[in-house]
Amino acid sequence: MSDPLFQAMRQSIIDGAPEKAAELAQQALANGVDPLEAVNRGFAVGIKFAGDQFGCGEMFLPDLLASAEAMKAAIKILEPEMLKRGSEREALGKIVLGTARGDIHDIGKNLVATILSASGFQIFDLGTSVTPEQFVAKAKEVDADIVGVSALLTTTMAGQKAVIEALDRNGLRPRVKAIIGGAAVTSKWAAEIGADGYSRNAIDALELAKNLMRKVMNKDMNTGTALA
Amino acid sequence: MRPGIQLPSIQLLSPGLIGRILREAFELLMSPGVRVGSAVVELLQSAGVEVGVAANDGVARLPEPLVRQCLASAPRDFYLYNRQGEKTVHYGGDDVHFDPGSCCVQMLDPGTLEARLSETRDLVRIVQVTEGLPQFAAQSTAVVCNDAPSAIGDLYRLFVVLQHSDKPVVTGSFSAAGLEGMIDLLAADSGSAEKLRQQPRAVFDVCPSPPLNWSEFGSHNLLDLARAGVPAEIVSMPLAGGTAPVTLAGSVTQHAAEVLAGITLHQLAGPGSPVVWGGAPAIFDMRTGGAPMGAVETAMLNMACAEVGKHLGLPTHGYLVATDSKLVDAQAGAESARSAMLGALAGINMISGAGMLESLACFSVEKLVIDAESIASAQRLARGIEVRGHDVRGDDVCSETLATAMFAQTGLSGEFLKLKETRALFRQEQYLPSPVIDRSARGAEPPSDVCRRARSRVDELVSKYRKPSLPEDVLRKFQAIVDREAAREANRAGVAADLPRN
Repeated sequence: MSDPLFQAMRQSIIDGAPEKAAELAQQALANGVDPLEAVNRGFAVGIKFAGDQFGCGEMFLPDLLASAEAMKAAIKILEPEMLKRGSEREALGKIVLGTARGDIHDIGKNLVATILSASGFQIFDLGTSVTPEQFVAKAKEVDADIVGVSALLTTTMAGQKAVIEALDRNGLRPRVKAIIGGAAVTSKWAAEIGADGYSRNAIDALELAKNLMRKVMNKDMNTGTALA
Repeated sequence: MRPGIQLPSIQLLSPGLIGRILREAFELLMSPGVRVGSAVVELLQSAGVEVGVAANDGVARLPEPLVRQCLASAPRDFYLYNRQGEKTVHYGGDDVHFDPGSCCVQMLDPGTLEARLSETRDLVRIVQVTEGLPQFAAQSTAVVCNDAPSAIGDLYRLFVVLQHSDKPVVTGSFSAAGLEGMIDLLAADSGSAEKLRQQPRAVFDVCPSPPLNWSEFGSHNLLDLARAGVPAEIVSMPLAGGTAPVTLAGSVTQHAAEVLAGITLHQLAGPGSPVVWGGAPAIFDMRTGGAPMGAVETAMLNMACAEVGKHLGLPTHGYLVATDSKLVDAQAGAESARSAMLGALAGINMISGAGMLESLACFSVEKLVIDAESIASAQRLARGIEVRGHDVRGDDVCSETLATAMFAQTGLSGEFLKLKETRALFRQEQYLPSPVIDRSARGAEPPSDVCRRARSRVDELVSKYRKPSLPEDVLRKFQAIVDREAAREANRAGVAADLPRN
């Protein structure tokens, strides 16, 4: 019965149409469709498709952002009902994001936040020019799985290292994973400062975050076994 | 210009469109206004500008009459001088100069073809090669020396360049404190702060942050440069579609607003102090989120932005001759040569960017010598087709005839190679490339790749290079300033200063 509706949901995300996506979410609720199913069989399929299309160069950043905005619009409608039913879409993980101290360039960081958030991560965005202490405090406060530090300028890349050192000093790593990004950042730099990962763009960042979460989960399970 | 000679040039904007761009740029300066650093709030207030009155958000609204008044006090042109005190770079009119790109953090190793962190020895090599290439009117502080303390990275780069070059320098500082030390260094080189003001050796790039934001650091730099009378080059860098309107015309408008705001701050602090309508505008790559410096639209943005500056009668600057390729390959050659041509035809006074790979992330000295050939070709093109002849006294004079006088001597023999005119004029008519450009007939040897020829050319230029001999007392002053700044920064950070030798 709902197949055409799920199809329309997917399409609204691929088209990057927030109003349409919200309307379809309303319709799903009115028809008594399980909101979690609306996400998993409808909207989330669309965002995955958009990500794949971006990956192979068929969709571009403005398309991808529009898809993410449409996803947000749909989730906003569905969320209260999911909460009511106790069928909350479980967050893939908690990520604290910000740009390194002294760096006010946030276009890349915002892209990453949008894509990760649309894909099911819970994002805590600290904004621009964030000190290592602020990263540490937020990571502790929300019990973050991943901390992401962005730096565009070669002169502020040192700030990424400072955050990783602060996480280490406060005993948050290796439990909390540290990832970095930015125009001048390379895998070499990531390795040099001991980051757990780096990605070149927002879609790769999504893959990176998912892979790291697998490690986080495995670690938790292992710890669980050891304790038991 | 001689009568009857048409100098080639390209215009992308009609006078009507330039008018619209400026009208909207002035509108932007009022709404949404420009965010400014606290360093300039008092200055703006004393000029009658209210800064962030309602929201205390640091946003200034700059009225057109004030901006126009500041434009009027900015000089139409100025010179940069070499160490010998000669006028070397003319910022103004349609004069075109080139300098290498600046502030790279990585260097392409010609052996392994891998990018690695740049060091002092790399900067020295770039300076040595640039010194021997007439295509470059100025040096730049091309790469960051990762072996020097990063806190004085800006000062240290200039210190290295000044020791190794007599040419003018395009540079920039990383912090407000850094600028002070750099100006001291230049004053020591010139003899005094007053001499530096009269005959500036360097120009400083100062960058707003798009959109419409003059950060604390940028604002501060503008003030300090204006007060010291050291030329400031405002390098606005809108990314069309990312940090600026997606349309090229929209980005040129934002660029104009950012530079107008910068000139206003600068001229309020030091009326008449030299300032350049500069930029590094680019499109925003919709796949990677990067700034493709080799894109033709990026070149178009640079040309159009300079056109607006020329319309206002100001000296201009742009960022071209760079590539997005990671290797010194066909893409690098095509993109860099194309934008060198376009920049020269646009009459941009200073064109930075040669030697740069990977959208400004990596420097290659081999690419620099290849770019020098593209630049020479662009310079040749910009000179246009000149009408000249050669009379019997051997003077270069305008000829009565283009060809008939020469035919009168050769008849139908075809022996032009023997003509006095040929020998006297071929060096002016033709640009004679270095061996980097292969025009040889195929021989027994296998053909060589341009990278190999570029490596030989680099080696040759380095071997011919002679380090300038600076007076002992100047060198001592240099060292004292660097030591002072290193100690100050180390003291601030609580670590020991450790300077590499160069």
